Amino acid sequence: MPKPVFNEERCKGCELCTAVCPKKIVVIANRFNSKGYKPATCSDDAKCIGCALCAKACPDVVIEIHK
Amino acid sequence: MAEKLFSRPQSLKDVAFHYCPGCHHGIIHRLVAEVIDELDVRDKTIGVAPVGCSVLAYEYFNCDMFEAAHGRAPAVATGIKRSQPDTVVFTYQGDGDLAAIGCAEIVHAAARGEKITTIFVNNAIYGMTGGQMAPTSLIEQVTNTSPYGRNADSAGMPIRMSEMLATLDGASFIARVAVNNPANMAKAKAAIKKAFEIQINGHGFSMVEILSTCPTNWGMSPLEAAAWLEQKMIPYYPLGQFKAPEGVAK
Ligand SMILES: Cc1ncc(C[n+]2csc(CCOP(=O)(O)OP(=O)(O)O)c2C)c(N)n1
Ligand code: SF4
Repeated sequence: MPKPVFNEERCKGCELCTAVCPKKIVVIANRFNSKGYKPATCSDDAKCIGCALCAKACPDVVIEIHK
Repeated sequence: MAEKLFSRPQSLKDVAFHYCPGCHHGIIHRLVAEVIDELDVRDKTIGVAPVGCSVLAYEYFNCDMFEAAHGRAPAVATGIKRSQPDTVVFTYQGDGDLAAIGCAEIVHAAARGEKITTIFVNNAIYGMTGGQMAPTSLIEQVTNTSPYGRNADSAGMPIRMSEMLATLDGASFIARVAVNNPANMAKAKAAIKKAFEIQINGHGFSMVEILSTCPTNWGMSPLEAAAWLEQKMIPYYPLGQFKAPEGVAK
């Protein structure tokens, strides 16, 4: 099963990834990272289809897609 | 280790970018790095960083890098490529760097047909210095130095660098792309790859202009900035290939 993995400390909460996910499972978490940004996260790994659109939209290379 | 379907390209160092949240510079860095990886030329690639927000590009690309004075990256790249013809040389430049202070350098590098590749990041503003009007700022665009909006009577019309450079015989490949949605990102990467390949195949000057956002100085959220790029920039700066050597597909 594919799964998006977020390097939360690198995330700046820009939300570009949330707009491209066809399954709408990339969302902003309700917590802060040490930079003071609310990081992106996946609300339901089981729904991920591994398209990597979130990872490609990320300007900070925060997201890896694991198999 | 888990097998990865997507991860950071080798040509991008594993360090955090200093760019503002949502700034497209980071996406463009990654696409250039992916192309260098895919062409397997990292060991012989030399990049030239500009002055502007991407001045620290030399900290990010995992290949040899050089830092040029403002606007002079094409002149520095010319020297590198002529003295080391087997290398792959690219410049990475903003619109203030390339279209204002460095306008002469880019025009003459293209006219001479230098075998270098230019990545031209057009965000319609001077980002690093806090949002002054650039030659590429749009009519009516509000910037720090055009507080009532850019006025054509006093500032002239925004310069379309790709169309202008495509008129020069020395320019082999000129394209304009954007990275505001997945489809455009795929086209942007394909154009960057073609530009590098054209250099590697010994043709003349190649440039990819990439429309980019500056959410901070545009005064918008990153998502609003991506929408503004689509609605305002693309109609004035049409995407497409303006010049290519014979045999290179559209
Ligand atoms: C010779 C010289 N003149 C002016 C400056 C000030 N300066 C620094 S960056 C910049 C403009 C950068 O804008 P752009 O190339 O569009 O890049 P961005 O920051 O938007 O990515 C200017 C005018 C300088 N550093 N050196
Ligand atoms: S000022 Fe603009 S161009 Fe510079 S990093 Fe911030 S958003 Fe990007």
